[in-house]
Amino acid sequence: MELTGAEIVVQALKDEGVEFVWGYPGGAVLHIYDAIFQQDAVRHILVRHEQAATHAADGYARATGKPGVALVTSGPGATNAVTGIATAFMDSIPLVVLTGQVPTPVIGSDAFQEVDTVGITRPCVKHNFLVNRVEDLADTLRKAFYIATSGRPGPVVVDIPKDVTDPNIRIPYEYAEKVEMRSYSPVERGHLGQIRKAVDLMMAAQRPVIYTGGGVVLGDASEELVALTRMLNFPITNTLMGLGSFPATDPQFLGMLGMHGTYEANMAMHETDVLIAIGARFDDRVTGKIASFCPNAKIVHIDVDPASISKTVRVDVPIVGQVRSVLADMRRLIQELSCTPNQDALAKWWERIEAWRNVKCLSYDGSDKVIKPQYAVETLYKVTRDSDFYLTSDVGQHQMFAAQFYPFDKPRRWINSGGLGTMGFGLPAAMGVKQAFPDAEVACVTGEASVQMCIQELATCKQYDLPIKVLLLNNGYMGMVRQWQEFFYDGRYSHSYVDALPDFCKLAESYGHVGMKIENPADLEDAYREAFGMKDRLVFMDVVVDPEENVYPMIEAGKGHHEMHLSPHLSSERELA
Amino acid sequence: MRHIISILMENEAGGLSRVAGLFSARGYNIESLTVAPTEDPTMSRMTLVTRGDENVIEQIKKQLNKLIDVIKLVDLSEGPHIERELMMIKVRAEESMREELKRLSDIFRGSIIDVTSNSFTIEMTGDGSKLDAFIAALDGDLIVETVRSGPLGIARGGKRLSLTS
Repeated sequence: MELTGAEIVVQALKDEGVEFVWGYPGGAVLHIYDAIFQQDAVRHILVRHEQAATHAADGYARATGKPGVALVTSGPGATNAVTGIATAFMDSIPLVVLTGQVPTPVIGSDAFQEVDTVGITRPCVKHNFLVNRVEDLADTLRKAFYIATSGRPGPVVVDIPKDVTDPNIRIPYEYAEKVEMRSYSPVERGHLGQIRKAVDLMMAAQRPVIYTGGGVVLGDASEELVALTRMLNFPITNTLMGLGSFPATDPQFLGMLGMHGTYEANMAMHETDVLIAIGARFDDRVTGKIASFCPNAKIVHIDVDPASISKTVRVDVPIVGQVRSVLADMRRLIQELSCTPNQDALAKWWERIEAWRNVKCLSYDGSDKVIKPQYAVETLYKVTRDSDFYLTSDVGQHQMFAAQFYPFDKPRRWINSGGLGTMGFGLPAAMGVKQAFPDAEVACVTGEASVQMCIQELATCKQYDLPIKVLLLNNGYMGMVRQWQEFFYDGRYSHSYVDALPDFCKLAESYGHVGMKIENPADLEDAYREAFGMKDRLVFMDVVVDPEENVYPMIEAGKGHHEMHLSPHLSSERELA
Repeated sequence: MRHIISILMENEAGGLSRVAGLFSARGYNIESLTVAPTEDPTMSRMTLVTRGDENVIEQIKKQLNKLIDVIKLVDLSEGPHIERELMMIKVRAEESMREELKRLSDIFRGSIIDVTSNSFTIEMTGDGSKLDAFIAALDGDLIVETVRSGPLGIARGGKRLSLTS
């Protein structure tokens, strides 16, 4: 089979089983777009801004586990995509981003729409390539998909100069079945001796805690995690990225940990003597002050990426391997040895945890006058809990409220930008999820500041008929910025008030969607039911919430897990820690 | 502590900038960095000198290993090894100074590789401290320019850094 470079790009995507490409055309990728036009197997989704192309591909990847693909032109197309690439990089999401480049003879001459894409993206990709010859194109694409999806996943950029896709040059096409790279061979199985050491620690533990992150979701290790955790009857906490990998409604689940984690999760972290970290990276929003992090604990750390181990917190038993295989080996070993944890100690530990749980740290002052954002999320759960539901999020208070108040019972259902904290992520990510699962309910919880960063994608939703539900918790502020200014800047709300907001209902309607303004707590549930009842329409719910509600509990940056601020109505009632 | 790390990489465009970018992005320091292809032209060998405490050096090695183009690396400072650096130094050599400069160069086993009516260019190899000592032995006013390669390193004995090792 003889193909042009442009046809090779499309054929390689077919050979990878790619269903969707999110993109935006431009000069340097016109040959590729012409090849896309002449086939049906790979569907191209035209976004309205390249940032959204990468976020949509990212949302698709997070929900399906398959690599997301974006296609953008050179120069501004590539730079617009960078935020999405960095977002995927921080959360280890497999993406292949194809960027057009000016023709090879003019690279380096400051040609029209030229930018050093490989240079700009280098620090925020797992790897990138500049393809100089059409003969290298197929192999490079094959490698790109392999690198993006194996080991610790991540985005890979393939920069393709226009002359490499020249319609007048045809070469034989062959797509390698296997990739062999002498410089790259991700680890699969964990070291059995290390696993044994971990098991010994776990069996001797008095106050064990399992702490798991996005790696369990990405590594499809949820089933193994649930089986092991239930077998041990250990308490478990998830990071923001790990939510859903263990059922949030299970009594063994302590909730999220970290800056806005629960009292019980953070106190358990502070007092644990054996911490089992699984697919988590000891992010600063999780650990707080390193010097006070789990001060009495021996730490086991299971991760596919050796560089994650002892990066910020020294660990005692590192285990490098795919989380799923390590957990399976661990469970098998425990069964073979027929060992059991220290039951007396565990019973006492659970008693202590129950006392912390009884603080009910997530309780809040309800209201029948104004919609509390917590209530808005709780009601969302009530309305959607029995459906096949995915929730994407933007970044800020609404994200934390969703993480705290929506109990996710399955992995890949909670889709948010955890590492980079990218405002504007939620709406395009929801498009990617909806495209992957057209029959599922997909909602995006957002704020009036975040949503405006990619609001143009309402047009994409219209064009491709993506009836997602947008849940805007509208408090008129960049809520998290305002909260920090209230706490740490004596209430000087410097530029955190979002003045001159559009009428979101009319805005949604102008894009051909349904707008719905909800202001009264009593109307909320019915309004949700009505919105989710409109199966074939995008409904934009502008939910007016309490403008100055804060997210609690909160650990200030640089403080330890035991130094939480609880909601004022709780801290007045009891002395903490 | 000072570490000398030897890296075997794919000889691909951009390999050097990946390593240099990693160091600047993560705030590690590079004292010197040299790179050239090996006997197998598909591979480059890089010698990198850096400083840091044990944790930092461990992270540096892990982060370098994580780069897709890095095939293998070894921290030469962990075992017996040899370091050599090449220096070319151009000095003012007026008639009255020529004998003295020649003698000094000989003491340090340098060789004069270019001569003009008023200058010598001296080539010298050795470890960094020897080159430093030579510079210190010269009258600073005589030095026109100095160019140093940064150290290269290799393990002593039969050990090797290669695809099959």
